[in-house]
Formats: sequence, structure tokens, C-alpha cells
Amino acid sequence: MKTIYLDNNATTRTAPEVLEAMLPFFADLYGNPSSMHFFGGQVARHLKTAREQVAALIGAHPSEIVFTSCGTESDNAAIMGTLYSYPEKKHLVISRVEHPAVLNVAHHLQARGYRITELKVDGQGQLDLEELRQVLTEDTALVSIMTANNETGVIFPIDEIAAIVRERGIPFHTDAVQAVGKIPMDMGRSPIDMLSLSGHKLHAPKGIGALYIRKGTRFAPFVVGGHQEAGRRGGTENVPYIIGLGHATEFCLAHLEEENTRVRALRDRLETALLERIPNTIVNGDRQHRLPNTTNLSFEYIEGESILMLLSDEGVCASSGSACTSGSLQPSHVLRAMGVPFTAAHGSIRFSLSIYNTEEDVDAVIDVLPPIIQRLRDISPFWQDYVDGKPMDAFLTGGDVAHHVHG
Amino acid sequence: MWDYTDKVKEHFLNPRNVGEVENPDGVGEVGSLACGDALRLTFKLDEQGRIQDIKFKTFGCASAIASSSALTELAKGKTLEEAEKISNQDLAEFLGGLPEEKMHCSVMGKEALEAAIANYHGEAVVKEDFEIVCKCFGVTDREIERVARENRLTTIEEVTDYTKAGGGCQACHPKIAHILEGLWGKQPPEPAEQRVAAGKKLSNLQKIRLIQETLEREILPPIRSDGGDLELIDIDGDKVLVALRGTCSFCPQSSFTLKHFVEAKLREFVSPDLEVEEVKP
Repeated sequence: MKTIYLDNNATTRTAPEVLEAMLPFFADLYGNPSSMHFFGGQVARHLKTAREQVAALIGAHPSEIVFTSCGTESDNAAIMGTLYSYPEKKHLVISRVEHPAVLNVAHHLQARGYRITELKVDGQGQLDLEELRQVLTEDTALVSIMTANNETGVIFPIDEIAAIVRERGIPFHTDAVQAVGKIPMDMGRSPIDMLSLSGHKLHAPKGIGALYIRKGTRFAPFVVGGHQEAGRRGGTENVPYIIGLGHATEFCLAHLEEENTRVRALRDRLETALLERIPNTIVNGDRQHRLPNTTNLSFEYIEGESILMLLSDEGVCASSGSACTSGSLQPSHVLRAMGVPFTAAHGSIRFSLSIYNTEEDVDAVIDVLPPIIQRLRDISPFWQDYVDGKPMDAFLTGGDVAHHVHG
Repeated sequence: MWDYTDKVKEHFLNPRNVGEVENPDGVGEVGSLACGDALRLTFKLDEQGRIQDIKFKTFGCASAIASSSALTELAKGKTLEEAEKISNQDLAEFLGGLPEEKMHCSVMGKEALEAAIANYHGEAVVKEDFEIVCKCFGVTDREIERVARENRLTTIEEVTDYTKAGGGCQACHPKIAHILEGLWGKQPPEPAEQRVAAGKKLSNLQKIRLIQETLEREILPPIRSDGGDLELIDIDGDKVLVALRGTCSFCPQSSFTLKHFVEAKLREFVSPDLEVEEVKP
């Protein structure tokens, strides 16, 4: 069975040329870049190149790049490093649809006495910038809002947001883990102060990330240790992975146009065909402002885990925002924040493509998915009722106590 | 990915007895679309009063569909008296086990069968008094108590795995703890003794620090997620004085929460002698 991998927002294939570039640093080139001898020094030169490669992808200066262990560490470091720098300020602004790497840091801080504002989103998953303007105060230490949403692919007007925040003299961080490598980002033209990115979302391996910190931004190290990363992140550099991230960012820069043309067309082909062939299908999120590789679809009256299992049986890898897949009992916080109707919230599937996907991949899904959806709808007690136009009162909505009471 | 047994996968991929029996003798409907799983069970009896035909329609994850399929296989050919004895453990065992977090699927199957049998007997499903404990998933005190008793559940986490209760906003955790306490008596004191060395007297400073830590770690997050808040005002010997804020300050159940949740947690993690008192503004 052929593997059709359409879960690239979860993780991506390490590009073969990236892996190739890493290998010498596991073997002969094992020196410590901080060492004073030639053997470490030659590694330091490669590290410098990698830093320049990462900086080039986002239009930053190499000195503004700090290597970390992953996107989550970058997010934690940006938030905690800013709060350490402004100990007198106790207010943090985020959005309700942030990744857990930001959301749960905020909840953790809330339990320690910080005031947290979570900006709401509308049905399209977009923010109300007027609300942002109104919640900023003298006490606000940091605003952290993602560039693009991992579940829906919705892109926020991040430069506009950063400008509003900067105008008030407040530091601004963005979790751009899903955006970097998929859409152009240019720190030279943007008012963003800090930006997180992650290697394994852009064809580097897992275990490497970076944090961009604009020159002049107040920042105290989150991982405290040696003088590495200009004192901004202690710990001996993870050289092979940093080299990998450098080559991966170069790889992404070279494929950025393809991502926004060929990959986008594949995504659109998939989405359009599924909407045509499967009734009661809803696109979750703002279709106008969206990552080129992502589509999040809800199939009404069925549940996402079942869909994923049947897709997986056909070799197709995707993901779902349904309760059952998350291990929690509620659908994803992103879909709930958007107010996705409850007939659809449990039946969401996210397809996320990469430059490695082909027309055959997409066409295979267009073939196998409609019968899977129909098969599950035939098992669902709600579908036939819906088709017959029967009223689906309590059993459907869960609003009637009697249907919850079975004792 | 869930670690489903081959039997769960097999029953999910090839579910038995899907559909609805025509002119059924009994119909049972449990769950809801909003809650993420639901099951409609219909059956017909033969002349000897045995279940001749039984079919299901299920909205839910793979284990919900597999549990429904298992249920119909187990119930077929049984009299209603025999069918009533099928427990949720029987369903799980038939499938070679379910992940703990998915045990609520087996409970849903068992409840659908009971509802269908009650429907056959012409009984309304709800007779006794009950209280909705978990508002997110509409689970009552009676259901929690029964499932906890039948499955020997002793922690809130287990109750959530089996009934979903407490899996949403978590505001009902104190109530679930109360039900478990009523069922099994005071929790065995081992955990508390492990954390606070027996007989060791805390200094005032240690006590204050422990109380603050326990508040922040164990107590405030669930209260805040429900829009409430609580402030530590003072500590006087073993008396812990607190003030309620946010939605707690006008919640009629706040005194219950103070006794059965805040005090219980502080006794567990700090000292069994503590008493919590509310300071009114």
C-alpha cells in the first residue's frame, strides 16, 4: 500500500539533501564550536553559515537568530524571557486559538497570578483588531499571537497586529511555526519583535527550532547556562541539527514559489473536488487568508477519528480536531473558538500538503474519501434522519436532559 | 494513535448488525451529537421472548462503533433478563479490552441496551431524582455513582474515562470527588502521608508555602476555568481564611466547593488538620 502523506502541519519529511548535509557532523566534524582549536573552529564556521541561512528565510540579521530545541521552546523562551525582562508587568495578551505551546504557558502563568487576555475569533477564525486595541494597557508585558493557525491554516494580518502593539510600546511575539517556509516572511519590513519557528515543520528533523529576537528587544535567557547564542540560550549547540535547519530553510526558500503555486493548486483541487462530491461538507476557516497547503473540512453527522481510521486503512495520513483523536473529550479549542456548529465540530479533517505531494496523491483521496464518508453516515443515527427531514430534537442537540440520563 | 486491539479494529472495519430493526419491540437512544457520540439501538423479540434481531446505528469514534457491534453480538439470542446482565466490562472483554480513555464507549453500549429494554417495558427512562453533575456532557450523579461502583473507580480521572463526566470545563470535579467519597468512604490516606511525612510538624513558614503551592497547582486552575477565583487572606493556626472572587462570590454552591474541594485538597497535600473558612467582604 502506498503511503499518501497529507499531514505536513504535524510534521514533514526531512529533505534527503538536508539529511545528507547533516551526516558529517555526526561523524568526523564532531568538534565543539566554542573550542579554541582549529577542530572546533571549523564547525563554528558551518554554524555561522546555518545562522545566515535561517536569517535569510525570514529577512533577519544572523545575529538576531537564536537556536533552540523546538518550536515549543522558542515560544516558552519568548514569553518567559520577556516577562523576566519586565518583572513589574503582569498582563499577557494571546488569542484563543494559539497552539498549546503558547496557550498552556499562559494558563500556567495565570495560575501564578498573571492576568491573561485571550482575544476571540469570529466564525472565519479571524481576530477583531479593535478588541486588541482595547485590551492593551500600561501593565501589558507582551502580546503573543500566531502568524498562521496549525489546524485551519488561517493567516492573521500579523504585520498590522504587530504595528498596533508596537505603537503602544509593548513587545510583540508571534508563533510562526506553521507560516515560516510556507509563506514569505520579512522581518526587514515587519514590526514583529520576536518570532518562533520549528525545524520539523519545514523539512528539517525534529528537535531543532529557532527564535528570532529583533536587535534592541529586551530579553532574558530562558535556558540559562553558558555563553552560547550570545548569552541568550545556554547549552552546547546541537550542531548536526542546526546545520540541518540551515539547509532546510534554504530548501524552503528555493521552493517557496512552488508551495504557493503548485501546492496551492493541489490543495484547491482536493478541496473543490471533496466539496463537490460530498454533501454537507463545510470548510473551516477563512479561505481568502490561508496557508497554501492546508484545508480543514468538516463532514456533518459523523466523527473524525472514524474517518481517520478508515483513511489510514487506505494509506492516507491526515488529522482531525475531533475530541476522540485529541485524547480529550471536547473538539479542538480552535473549532470551538470559531463556533463551528456542533453537527460538524466532531467531524473535522485537516489535510496539509507539502512540495512532496503529487496530483496522484490528491486524486487518490478524492477517490477514497467519498465512500468512506457515506459508509460512516450509513452507520450514523443522524444521517438518515437528516435526509428524511425528521426533526432531530433532543437526541441531536443533547439539550434534553432525558437523553443524557440513563441510570 | 490509539492502541486498539485487532478485535476492536475488526469490529470497526466490519461492524455487525448495522441498521434499524423494522417495527422494533424496544428502542434505546443514548448520547448526543453535541457530546461526540450517540447510539440508537433497536431490537425485536421472538415468540420465546429472546432477542431475535438487534441492530445499531452509532455516531462516534472507532471504539464506539466497535462497542456497539460487540453489544449486538452479545445480546442476540438472549432473553431480556439475560441481556440485562451484560455489563460494560463484558463488552470491553469481548473486544479484547479498550484503552482506559475509551471505556465510556462500553458504558454507552450498556446504557443503550438498558434504555431499549426499559422502552420495551414501557417505562420512562428517568424515574428517580437525579442531579446533573457534569453540565458539559450532561452526566448525572446517579450515573457516575453506578458506573463508579460497577467498575470500582476511585479517581476523578477514571470517572472521566468511563462516563466523560468532568472531561470538559472541570468545574464539577469537587462534586465527583464528593460522590466517590460517599461511595468508598474517605479516600485512603496513603497519598497524603507520602507527601507529608507522618508525625512531622510543619513550621508556619512551611505550611504557608505548601498552602500557596497547593492553591496554585491543584485548586485555582479548575476554579478559574469556571470563571471563579479565590484569594488566600490569612492563616491562623490550622484555620485557612480565604475570600471568594469572580463567579464564586455569588455561586450558591461555593460553600460546598470550599468544604469538599478546597479543604479536601489542602488536607491531602498540606495537613489533615486544616479547616477552610470563608471571609465575607
